[in-house]
Amino acid sequence: MTRRREKILLPLIAVFLGFILGSLIVIATGRSPVAMFAAMIKGFSGLDIINDVPWNTRYVGEFIINAMPIILTGLAFAFASRTGLFSIGAEGQLMVGSLAATAVALLVDVPRFIHLPLVLLASILAGALWGAVPGFLKARFNVHEVTVSIMMNYIALHLNNFVILNLLGSQDRVKTAFFPESALLKSPFLQSITRGSRLNWGFIPVILALIIFSFIINKTTFGYSLRAVGYNKDASRYAGMKVNRNIVLSMMIAGAFAGMAGSVITVGTFNFGRAMSAAEGYGFDGIAVALVGGNEASGILFAGMLFGMLKSAQPLMQSQGIPREIAGIIQASIVLFVAMQYGIKMLLERFKKKQAVTADGDRA
Amino acid sequence: MSIKILFEMFPIALMFASPIIIAALGGLFSERSGIVNIALEGIMMVGAFSAATVTVLLEEATPLAPWLGLTAGLVAGIVFSLLHAVASVNMKANQTISGTALNILAGGLTVYLCQIIFRQQRTRAFSNGIQKVTVPLLEKIPVLGKMFFIENYPTFFLAIFLVFFTWVLVYKTPFGLRLRSCGEHPQAAASMGINVAWMRYFGVMASGALAGLAGGIMVLTADIQYTLVSIHGTGFIALASLVFGKWNPFGVLGAGLFFGFSTALSFYAKDITFLASLPGEFFYALPYVLTIVALVVFAGKSVGPKAAGQIYDSGRR
Repeated sequence: MTRRREKILLPLIAVFLGFILGSLIVIATGRSPVAMFAAMIKGFSGLDIINDVPWNTRYVGEFIINAMPIILTGLAFAFASRTGLFSIGAEGQLMVGSLAATAVALLVDVPRFIHLPLVLLASILAGALWGAVPGFLKARFNVHEVTVSIMMNYIALHLNNFVILNLLGSQDRVKTAFFPESALLKSPFLQSITRGSRLNWGFIPVILALIIFSFIINKTTFGYSLRAVGYNKDASRYAGMKVNRNIVLSMMIAGAFAGMAGSVITVGTFNFGRAMSAAEGYGFDGIAVALVGGNEASGILFAGMLFGMLKSAQPLMQSQGIPREIAGIIQASIVLFVAMQYGIKMLLERFKKKQAVTADGDRA
Repeated sequence: MSIKILFEMFPIALMFASPIIIAALGGLFSERSGIVNIALEGIMMVGAFSAATVTVLLEEATPLAPWLGLTAGLVAGIVFSLLHAVASVNMKANQTISGTALNILAGGLTVYLCQIIFRQQRTRAFSNGIQKVTVPLLEKIPVLGKMFFIENYPTFFLAIFLVFFTWVLVYKTPFGLRLRSCGEHPQAAASMGINVAWMRYFGVMASGALAGLAGGIMVLTADIQYTLVSIHGTGFIALASLVFGKWNPFGVLGAGLFFGFSTALSFYAKDITFLASLPGEFFYALPYVLTIVALVVFAGKSVGPKAAGQIYDSGRR
């Protein structure tokens, strides 16, 4: 197998195995896998293959809404990954991003063409700042970024709740006041063509982020030196690259992507800030997206749509009597199979060798 | 702060500390064998779900239901952790990714099964979890009796026992030495005839057993049913205790008690004058902040197992 083919084939095998395992669990618990797949198809296309109902574009809108934030958290994980860092901090970076967006949306009073960019910028900066902490600690003290970013996720959760509940004024211990129209990504036009879905302009920053990711990584000297640090730290240092600076910057840019996801959710999907009892899992979805997408912009786009489809199929599955959590089970098993790809590759090669041996045996 | 509040805090603090300590001991076995296990959280969820389910289903049949529930949690933890063992030992998976996958899987799987068994997003509530006990004779010891032996959960004594048991097994037996050698330099261990793969399987399964048990204890002492947020990050606090306690059983005990008290403090802070002005969120976030501080303080000193997290390549020297 060539490297290129391998990079596409192995994640596809993982996705395939994940769906097989999910179907087996559905069958084992006495539910119908056909209904599950029908829900998935309806989840992204709005087409119902079982019942004769007209095409409903609302589902397409909701599907895009579900894919947007996890594409961004996927970019966040992938960016750090390319520098050889394993960041599970997207969850927390997203949360502070969302908090910053909430604060700017509520406290600043300017026209929309200034307000909206300001909201996005605030969330990007907050995410970058949150990402800088594990990056700095890694560069300066060689503290493992995995542990620090897990801890930062929980600190972000409690910080978010503290600020929302005590400083920004919550209505009912959960929500803040509604944001002014000038801070929202809302679009009546997009809503009207998707039969009142929550689709909004958020997809524009998402597309920009995909382009920026790909540009930095593939087309700039900076991106080259980031990747070099990812491949071999010592060699890059020897070649005169600023390894520590690259580590901090890489974590900050990763954090910026995740922070942006925070505002896409807060001023796009919702129009108020929220206190939360637990993280919502966008960060972990992002890890799945980046792994399946092979840490490349194009792969992340497709993987984001795949998992966005699973998410938007959830309520449909639930209404078919299939517990919605099956989507999470399928996603987790896909991640597990992607993690095992080295082993799967070995198995495939062994299998091929065996086939070759038996073929030789037949000839003899 | 009056002394009375301190005494009142003990049973609650020990209730929170027990699952943290036990799950962290699980992490110790796994990391000492060379496998990083960030799936403690997910394993605890599976253990908690199994324990709550078995307790609910058997409580009419037998008064021993909570204890059978704990056993179920332990067994379920072992089975679930096997996924991590297969992925990271046989399939040479990145251990952090595999652990992350288990954490996501646990949330989906447990709530899925709740929906199948109970037709709701959580288990049915059990009427009795684990009951508090008062130890005869020991309760009469001045001060200590009041702190540890009156109206306390027996699971705390189990945690203390497990700390000593782990210490003896890992530091005082040839088996423990072999286990630790696999986490420090697996190639050298293999050259001495130690089966690294088997040792790592043991490490991960022990972590599954202990984290599953811890999850069961947590749900049966601090909760009335299993829900998606029953464990709410305790597995990660256990991971933090392992770092804080420098991968040593007694260090883990100290860190676990510390985090148990800081959790209890968030409930009692309003009664303590100099803490009353601080928001509850401050106390919730405290363990995580302290862990980062501890990591920075320990930075550069080699305290953790050297080979933990690396994929074992028998050909490397």
